[in-house]
Amino acid sequence: MQKAPHVTDYLTRHCADDEYGCLRGFEAQGGYRAAHTALREMTPQKILDEVRQAGLQGRGGAGFCAGLKWSFMPAPEQQPSYLVCNADESEPGSFKDRLLLERAPHQLLEGILLAARAIGAQKSFIYIRGEYAEAARVMQRAVDEAHAKGYLGDDVMGSGFSHDVVVVRGAGSYICGEETALLESLEGKRGHPRVKPPFPAQRGAFDRPSTVNNVETLCHVPHIIGRGAAWFRSTGTEKSPGTTLFGVSGHVVRPGLFELPLGTPLDEIIFEHAGGVADGRKVKGVIPGGLSMPILPAGELDVAMANEFLQEKGSALGTGGIIVMDDRTCMVRTACVISEFYRAESCGQCGPCREGTAWINDIVTRVERGTGTAEDLELLVDICDGMEGQTICAFADAAAWPVRALLKHFYADFERHVREGVCSFSGSFQL
Amino acid sequence: MVISKAIRDQIEAENANYPRARGGLLAALHRVQREYGAITPEHATALAPIFDMTAVEVLAVVSFYDMLSSQPAGRHQVRVCTNLSCSLAGAREFLREIENHLGITRGETSADGRITLGHEACLGACANAPMMRVDDRYYEDLDTESARQVLDALD
Ligand SMILES: Cc1cc2nc3c(=O)[nH]c(=O)nc-3n(C[C@H](O)[C@H](O)[C@H](O)COP(=O)(O)O)c2cc1C
Ligand code: SF4
Ligand code: FES
Repeated sequence: MQKAPHVTDYLTRHCADDEYGCLRGFEAQGGYRAAHTALREMTPQKILDEVRQAGLQGRGGAGFCAGLKWSFMPAPEQQPSYLVCNADESEPGSFKDRLLLERAPHQLLEGILLAARAIGAQKSFIYIRGEYAEAARVMQRAVDEAHAKGYLGDDVMGSGFSHDVVVVRGAGSYICGEETALLESLEGKRGHPRVKPPFPAQRGAFDRPSTVNNVETLCHVPHIIGRGAAWFRSTGTEKSPGTTLFGVSGHVVRPGLFELPLGTPLDEIIFEHAGGVADGRKVKGVIPGGLSMPILPAGELDVAMANEFLQEKGSALGTGGIIVMDDRTCMVRTACVISEFYRAESCGQCGPCREGTAWINDIVTRVERGTGTAEDLELLVDICDGMEGQTICAFADAAAWPVRALLKHFYADFERHVREGVCSFSGSFQL
Repeated sequence: MVISKAIRDQIEAENANYPRARGGLLAALHRVQREYGAITPEHATALAPIFDMTAVEVLAVVSFYDMLSSQPAGRHQVRVCTNLSCSLAGAREFLREIENHLGITRGETSADGRITLGHEACLGACANAPMMRVDDRYYEDLDTESARQVLDALD
């Protein structure tokens, strides 16, 4: 089971408590109270407006405003329509949804009930990555408990609203986290992203209007409905309200999860909360939001962790997965690891992505082994140019950004490999 | 029958959760693989009519997903994460020691058919590296010694 966070707030306060995972324990902490009230006393429009006013941004990587996304759904008469919970969490460096699934399953179900009510969906699918077998077991148990108690099924909580939740397991594929690939996979197909438009709200799961939301996004909803948009806006920044679950991994003393307000400075998270770099070493670079987000060099860590500030530095919040690398780390090897992953996970539909990810991996591997040339480094930038914005989905951008940023901030590492023909970072991890 | 009546009934029941039966395909494939060790062409042929597909289409889905296989492998699937966070924590050196211990390299199955070893992209355990997945279970915060104990205890 995922370890409880080092720092908690409203989302994760009770996550260390095993009882919280079952319905009784969850209700003992005030769980399902928001749903009880809202399903009976609030109109769907009112729920949607509250979430929209709260300014809740999606926590799955793109940061899109949740209330706005919900408003794209057609009028409830157009049944059936679906809510799809994206629990595919596979962005390397991210491990927060696993916690929320394994340790707070009813919080997610309450969020699903409220979101489904707001958009008028009669059924939800929770698509959980195949490797998260434990999470799927816990979620299924929670769904069964909720059914038995009348919190799912016909006439939920006596409100007249009916809702069912199906727990679906993926089968091992990073691209299935991309929302349209996820929809394909949900329909029993290969996980190939769809050309947009049509967007999921027009034609989503099984050709019906659908909304796709990340696990964490939905987990914030009961708190917003229970305590109001103004309360939610009292933490975080003006543009990025609320807390989020930062996951810190790599060379830190105390790796793990930290629930903190959006806008918490990156250096505070690393040095205060995560205890700084292990063995008294110095930071060399930090990936701030999961593997796809551009790396920041040591001099740029005084940035507030919210999209509006990270974008000024050429990066983004992504999934909030912070990967810290100390001063022994070879950035060419880092590029090898990153590009190996994208090469293996490209779905292959688009030439620039299928070929580009392979070329990048071949070239950085060559540079790492000492047989690369100065032209190779220029070629890498050209390949990135040819990938970004040229494909069906954002995977190709996600594969190009990290390489581009590594070259921008750590060009010296690459040059040194070309010049010396060997890797001279003796303390770095092996390939 | 290549797929027993009991398994077939479970598959049909699962399919009812979806607006179209095919939504249940991944669940069915997981089930068949767990029961029979792989989704062979014979299994695909048996499954196809349930989903209004051809056997080739079923196998095309199987080949897309890392956790599904059309070829029988070892009794236990052992996967070490070698993505960046785990690599920074020594996962690649760790995997090499596991290879030495088992006498096989990644992608191979041990001679006794006990273990198929592989490496895998991030498994969502980045703060507790090195880690490995053994079938449906995670083992985290490993070192070579604790990993050996886990592996040696597998039947
Ligand atoms: C390559 C790729 C992988 C993605 N993986 C995930 C994922 O694992 N989990 C997730 O919630 N969103 C993922 N997303 C984002 C989804 O496409 C989608 O934006 C998100 O699920 C919407 O939920 P939100 O608005 O609540 O954040 C991915 C996007 C891309 C382009
Ligand atoms: S960009 Fe890559 S992953 Fe996305 S659809 Fe094209 S080939 Fe597939
Ligand atoms: S990088 Fe290994 S579990 Fe995430």
